[in-house]
Amino acid sequence: MPHLVARNLTKSFDGVRAVDQVSFAIPDGAFLALLGPSGCGKTTLLRMIAGLEDPDAGELLFDDVAVAGPRGTLPPEARRLGMVFQSYALWPHMTVRGNIEFGLKVQKLPAAERRRRIEEVLEVVGLSGHAARRPHELSGGQRQRVALARSLALRPGLILLDEPLANLDAHLRETMLAEFRRIHSMTGATFVFVTHDQEEAMAVATHVAVMNRGRLEQVGTPEDLYRRPQTESVARFIGRGRTLPVEVMASQDGLCTIALAGGVLKVAGLAPPGPGWLCFHASDLSRAPQRGPFAGEVVNQLFQNGVYATELAPLGVDVETVSLALPERLAPGTRIEVGLSGGWVIARAPSAAPALTGAAARSSA
Amino acid sequence: MAADTAPSRPEPSRPTPPRLRRAGRSGGGEQALLLLVLAYVAFTTLWPLAKLFAAALQPGEDGSPLGLMAEVLASRATARALWGTLATSGLSVVLSTVLGVGLAFAVGLIRLRGRTALVFLILTPLLIPSQTMALAWIELAGANSPILGALGLAPPPGTANPLYSVSGIALVMGVEHMPLVFLATRAALRAVPADLVEAARVIGVPGPRIAVGIVLPLVAPSILAGALLAFTAAIGNFGVPALLGIPGRVSVLTTLIYQRLNGFGPSAAGQVAVLALIMAALVGLALALRGLALRRLAAPLPAGRPLEPTRSSPVGEIVLWLVVAMIAVVPLAALVMTALLPAVGVRFGAETASLAQFAAVIANAAVRRAFANSLLLALACAGIAVAVSVPFAYLVARRPGRLVRALDLVVEAPWVIPGTVVALGMILAFLPPLPVLGVSLYGTLAILLVAYLARFLPLVLRPVTAAAQTADPSLEEAARIVGAGLPRRLAFIFLPGVLPAAVAGALLVVMTALNELTLSALLWSSGHETIGVMVFALQYEGNSTAAAAVAVLSTALLFGLCALANAGARWLPDRILPWRQ
Repeated sequence: MPHLVARNLTKSFDGVRAVDQVSFAIPDGAFLALLGPSGCGKTTLLRMIAGLEDPDAGELLFDDVAVAGPRGTLPPEARRLGMVFQSYALWPHMTVRGNIEFGLKVQKLPAAERRRRIEEVLEVVGLSGHAARRPHELSGGQRQRVALARSLALRPGLILLDEPLANLDAHLRETMLAEFRRIHSMTGATFVFVTHDQEEAMAVATHVAVMNRGRLEQVGTPEDLYRRPQTESVARFIGRGRTLPVEVMASQDGLCTIALAGGVLKVAGLAPPGPGWLCFHASDLSRAPQRGPFAGEVVNQLFQNGVYATELAPLGVDVETVSLALPERLAPGTRIEVGLSGGWVIARAPSAAPALTGAAARSSA
Repeated sequence: MAADTAPSRPEPSRPTPPRLRRAGRSGGGEQALLLLVLAYVAFTTLWPLAKLFAAALQPGEDGSPLGLMAEVLASRATARALWGTLATSGLSVVLSTVLGVGLAFAVGLIRLRGRTALVFLILTPLLIPSQTMALAWIELAGANSPILGALGLAPPPGTANPLYSVSGIALVMGVEHMPLVFLATRAALRAVPADLVEAARVIGVPGPRIAVGIVLPLVAPSILAGALLAFTAAIGNFGVPALLGIPGRVSVLTTLIYQRLNGFGPSAAGQVAVLALIMAALVGLALALRGLALRRLAAPLPAGRPLEPTRSSPVGEIVLWLVVAMIAVVPLAALVMTALLPAVGVRFGAETASLAQFAAVIANAAVRRAFANSLLLALACAGIAVAVSVPFAYLVARRPGRLVRALDLVVEAPWVIPGTVVALGMILAFLPPLPVLGVSLYGTLAILLVAYLARFLPLVLRPVTAAAQTADPSLEEAARIVGAGLPRRLAFIFLPGVLPAAVAGALLVVMTALNELTLSALLWSSGHETIGVMVFALQYEGNSTAAAAVAVLSTALLFGLCALANAGARWLPDRILPWRQ
C-alpha cells in the first residue's frame, strides 16, 4: 500500500506556479529525494507535505487518508510527522533535552517515557551526554543531529528533511549522509529529502523525484534516472548526461533502431518511430578501434583524474561537442572513431526542429 | 486542538479520517487573536480618534455643515495660538538643528574620552520630562537664580523671568528636542562609509572641505528628517509652553486647548477638537515631508566600514563638554539648588541649603499619591503593552494580512500626533458612560491608563515586531510539526525569542509614562494626580521650591531606571537604549 500519494498538487505564489500539477506515489518506508535546481518548487512541495503551505489545487494522501484536498487541509500540528529544517530550527532558549522533550510534552507522554525516548534518540544520533548543552554550544554537525533526534523522538511514520546538509562542509556531509541511511533503515520510516545536489540524492535515496520549474519530470530509482531517463532535461541533468538528436526508424522489444551520422545502430529505449534523442553519459563513449557509430575531431583535452577528458566535435551530427575520457593525448584536430556502449533512446517532440534543438543543446551544455 | 485529542502514541496508519480545516484560511486560534487585537485597537485608539473627528466636523450653532470648524478657524484666539505655535516651534527647530548637527558632527568626527557618558548627557534633555526641563530653565534664568545670582548675572528682583516669552519657549523647546536631530544625524553619519572620506583625503581635499562638501550633503536628508521630527515634537509640546507661556501670555494651540477645557469644561470639546485637528494636520504635513525627504532626497549609500573619528582635538573636546554642561548639567543644577532652598525667595548658600523641601513634599499626601498613581499607571501600562504587543507582533510578523498591516499603522497615530489631541479624543470617547457597563471612565484612573496605553503601545510594539521579523520563522514551524498549538507556541517558542525586546520596550514605557504630563493634565481628577500634574500644579500655585523638589525626586527615579537599563544592557537587543548606539 503506498504511504504517500500526491495527485495534481498545485501551488502558486503571486501568480507564479511554484508547484504545477505534481503527482506521485511513494511506498511505505521509501527514502525519497526531491531533486532540482533552486527555485524549482521542491521546498514548496515539501512544505505542502508538512502542511506548512496549503495547496491551491490537488490532493495529498497519507495512507489513503486525504490530509490536503478539496475537503480542506489538516494543519501540521495534526499530521504527526517529523521535519528537519535547513536552518535546523533548534529553539535557542532550550537545551538539547528541552528541544527533544518539547514535542513529547505536547503529546502528553509521561515523564518516564519522555526520559527513555530522549536517551534513546540521543543514542541513535550519537549525542549521548550532550543533553544539557544549548544549541549555540554545539557544532553544525551536532546541531543537525539534534534536529534529527528531535524529529525521531515522536516516532513519526514520515520524516521530512529540507536541504539538511546545505550548511555543512563537504566532509561532514558524507558522514551525515551515511547517518541518514543508517537511521532510515533502522526506523523503517518514510523519508522525504529535499536537495539540489544530485550526488547526495543518488547516494541516499531509494527513489528520486526530479523537479524542474514546478513540474515533476520523473520519479524513479537512481538507476532508472541514470540509465532510463524519461525526458530530455532529466537526461541532461543526471550525471551530466548528453543528448544527440536522432531519427528512430523502428522500435521493438525495448530496442530502438536509430539513424545517427549516416549510420544505423540499435540502442535500448522505448521511443516510437520518429524524431528521438539518444541519451548517454561520457562513460558510455570510448575510442573505437575501427568504424564506430560516429566519428569526431578532437577540440580540446584536459588531464583530469589520470585520464584525458576530451572534447570532441562529432562529424555529421548537429551538436557542437561531446565529451569522453581517452587514455592518451591527441593533437587537436585528430579524427577518431567513437564507440557507444549503453545509451537510451527517448522520443523528441516533433515540433522541435533538429537545428533548433541543436542550439538548445549547446546553450544548456 | 486536534493534536491534543489524538492518541499520544503516533501510529503509522490512521483508521479514522482526521478533522480537516478549510484550505486557505489560517487556524481558528489566529482568527481569535486577530479579533482580540482588533477589539483592543478599536477601544483604545480608533473610537477616540473617530469621536474627535466627529466632534470637530459637527455643524455650527446655526446648523451649517462644518459650521463649528468655520467658527473656530475664524476666531482671533485661534489665529493667535496658531501663530504662537508656529513661531515657537519654528524658532526652536532652528536651535535644535544647529545644536544637534554640531554635536553629532563633533561626537562623530573627534576622538573623545567618555563618549557614552557624553552621549547620555546630550540625550538627557529628551529623557527628562518637559515640565522638569522648563522648571530647571526657569530656576536658572529667573531673578532668584542660584547660579546666575552667585555670578551676579541674575535679572534684577521684581522683573519677569526672561524665559516667559516666545524666544524663551523656543530656547527651552529647542534644547529639549535637540536630541531628535542629534540621533538622526548621528545615525546618518555612521552610515557614511569611511572610504568616501578617504577617497577625498587621498586627492588632497582639506578636512573642513570634506565635512562640508562630502559628509554634509550625504547626511542632509537625515538632518532634514530629524528637524521635521523636532518640529512635530515642538507643535505637540505642552509642558514648556504651559510653564513658560501661560505666565508670559504667549498662547499656543496645546495650552489654548488646555485653558479652554479647564475654563469651560467638556462643553468646549467641539471647539477644541477643531484646534486639535489643526495640530494633527500640521504634524501630518511635517511627517509627510519627512517621509519625502527620506525617500526622495537620500542617496543610497554603499555598505562599508563606518567612519571612525581619527583625529583628537583638545580645544574641540573642551568646547563640546562646555556646551553639553550648559544644556544638560547647569539647568539641572539650578533645579537641585532650588529644591534645597527652604522657601521661595531665599538666597542659596551653605547656611540656607537644607532638605526641608524634600521632607515636606514626601510628607504631603497628595505628592505621595501622585507618585503611587504614576508608578501604578506606568507599570500597568508597560505590562498591558507587553501582553498586547506579543500577539500583535506575532500577527504582524507571521500572518501579515491587510487588516493586520492597517492596525499596525493605526496604532502609531496616538504616538506621533500631539498628546493633547489624544487626550481630547479620550475625553470625547469616555466621558459618556460606556455602552453596556453604564459607567464613565472619566474621573477615574482608568481613563489615564487607556490614554497611556494608546500613546505608548508603539514603544513596545516596534522593538517586539522588529525582533519577531528577524527571528527564524522555522522555529515556530518546527513547533507546529511536533504538534504544538497556537497558545503553546506563543508562550514557549515565540515569547522567549522576543522577550528581551519586550523588556526593553517596557522599560521605555515606564520611563516615559512615569513623568507624563500632556495627557495627565487634561485627564487627571482629584485623587488621581500624576507626578507631572503635581509638578505643574505646585509651580502654578507659586510654590516653585516644592515643585523643584518633586521634579528632582522624579528625575532621580528616572535616572535610577536608566542605570538599571544600562546595567542590563547586555541582555537587551542592540540599539534599544538610545544612548548606547
